[in-house]
Amino acid sequence: MAYVLLRHRDIPDINKIDVYKKNGGFAALKKAVTKMQPVEVTNVVKDSGLRGRGGAGFPTGMKWSFIDNKNWPHYVVANADESEPGTFKDREIMESNPFQFLEGLALASYAVSANTAYIYLRGEFWQLAAFLDEKIAEMEKAGYLGDNLFGTEYSLKIYTHLGAGAYICGEETALLESIEGKRGQPRVRPPFPPSYGLYGKPTIINNVETFTNVPMILANGADWYKAMGTMDSAGVKIFSLSGRVRKPGNYELPFGTTFRQLIYEHAGGVQEGRPIKAIMPAGASSSLIVVDDKVLDTPMDYASVRTLGADLGSASVIVLDDTVDIDWVINKTIKFFKHESCGKCTPCREGNYWMKNLTSRIHSGRGSSEDVDLLLNVAKQMQGKCLCALGEFSTMAVVTGIERFPQDFKKVVKA
Amino acid sequence: MSLEKTYPKEVKQILAKYPPEHKRSAVMPLLYLAQREEGYITKSAMQDIAQMLDITETEVASIVGFYSLYHDEKAGKYRMQVCTDLPCALRGADEFLNNLCGNLGIKVGETTPDGLITVEAVMCLASCDKAPMFQTQGPDGIKYHDLMTIDRTMELIDALKQANKEEK
Repeated sequence: MAYVLLRHRDIPDINKIDVYKKNGGFAALKKAVTKMQPVEVTNVVKDSGLRGRGGAGFPTGMKWSFIDNKNWPHYVVANADESEPGTFKDREIMESNPFQFLEGLALASYAVSANTAYIYLRGEFWQLAAFLDEKIAEMEKAGYLGDNLFGTEYSLKIYTHLGAGAYICGEETALLESIEGKRGQPRVRPPFPPSYGLYGKPTIINNVETFTNVPMILANGADWYKAMGTMDSAGVKIFSLSGRVRKPGNYELPFGTTFRQLIYEHAGGVQEGRPIKAIMPAGASSSLIVVDDKVLDTPMDYASVRTLGADLGSASVIVLDDTVDIDWVINKTIKFFKHESCGKCTPCREGNYWMKNLTSRIHSGRGSSEDVDLLLNVAKQMQGKCLCALGEFSTMAVVTGIERFPQDFKKVVKA
Repeated sequence: MSLEKTYPKEVKQILAKYPPEHKRSAVMPLLYLAQREEGYITKSAMQDIAQMLDITETEVASIVGFYSLYHDEKAGKYRMQVCTDLPCALRGADEFLNNLCGNLGIKVGETTPDGLITVEAVMCLASCDKAPMFQTQGPDGIKYHDLMTIDRTMELIDALKQANKEEK
């Protein structure tokens, strides 16, 4: 099957504007701006069943329809902060198929009548930001961005904005604070960005991969897109596969592909042919799934993964083999979350601090079984009390690790 | 020395990205500019930026403190930032970092005696399928180095040393 998102794997030079154009590029943008009303664009996306690819899986067209048309100007922001341990798909899209992403961003901007869009890239994507600046300039020169597009009234400017090393800025309201020149700390919601976003104006924020789907949906129609994937999760998804597999990397596959197909058919299985002990389907924010045959044959879509007591999130699948100790895993994830907690709300700031003390002590063999109970207690106390998903998700691996892999903790604590 | 005098073109470009009534948004790109020469942000650069954007020096300092790619202390010319998060660690990142430190004769957070390299352990860099990996942060920006071995890393360091000598 031809690629929908990672099209550079079929067409290697698609990051050149002429090649992109020759392969149907910008036809959807031209059609939308010259022949469609903004709301019609939103309706096609709604009908396609596209859901946000950043992790939450919120229906994209519905989000766009929430834009407040009584308050102007509108903004669109691309979330290119890609910082979840285990996620590395947006980087490949932007490096190798940049115009499809930019066209999608332009289509979204037209759909909500925004004349300015920002791409928020994590600071580490420094070279990538410079590369996108070049691509944006090429589009301006070719008349796909700028004033009076295709001779219409519609104008659009796209700018890049670099973060500077803060996982929390992937949270959409923290990201907005960061563009506004403040510390990246989440806002209390509601109000949500479609009514109160950047500079207090209505704003649509989507993940890079989400935008990259849009030109193909406009070009081929909602039904074409819906025919791929499952009832619950339409279309294709890029699965970032890492950990103890033979061929880690990005795999674009229809939703509903099973874990077994991804790991064994596409990625060549586990290193040294070892058995899989656990899977984290959503990066460090993930619950740990105990792996058996039933799990391996579970389709990867939002609803099915939920039946395993986990979430698909941004589909950053980390594979742990039977040599990996879960106390080591949660010590790693909590080190990450303690470092990245923004400090705004107490449960996350203090909770992660104490969880780090406990996971370090337990992993180093100095802990007691009371410490394990305390760690589980702290994690559960945090749940439902944090201001944003970072705090909530920091507890997932801890709670599921202790509850689903008790033997790993019995092994390391002092008698 | 003010940023507007040193980098007039860049400052203008940065300010043009944001609505004039929200020029505070320029604080992050301006801080990158201020960090370019010395690898860290001086107190006077913070004052300069605060003045340019009509915000307080404390507000600028709070941004510097919050984001991990801004530094307020001098370190090596290049910061070698090795990812040791879970996915990289599953593919040998901790051993790589240990061996690198051993080869350079320094600990994590320390700088080589010639002032060229500071080794740091950092959080996920979105290159989990290409571990071990690190980025270098230096005067020419941030660069990724994927699928690294100790041999290739030492070659890179030699090249940086050579380039540094030629500059002087």
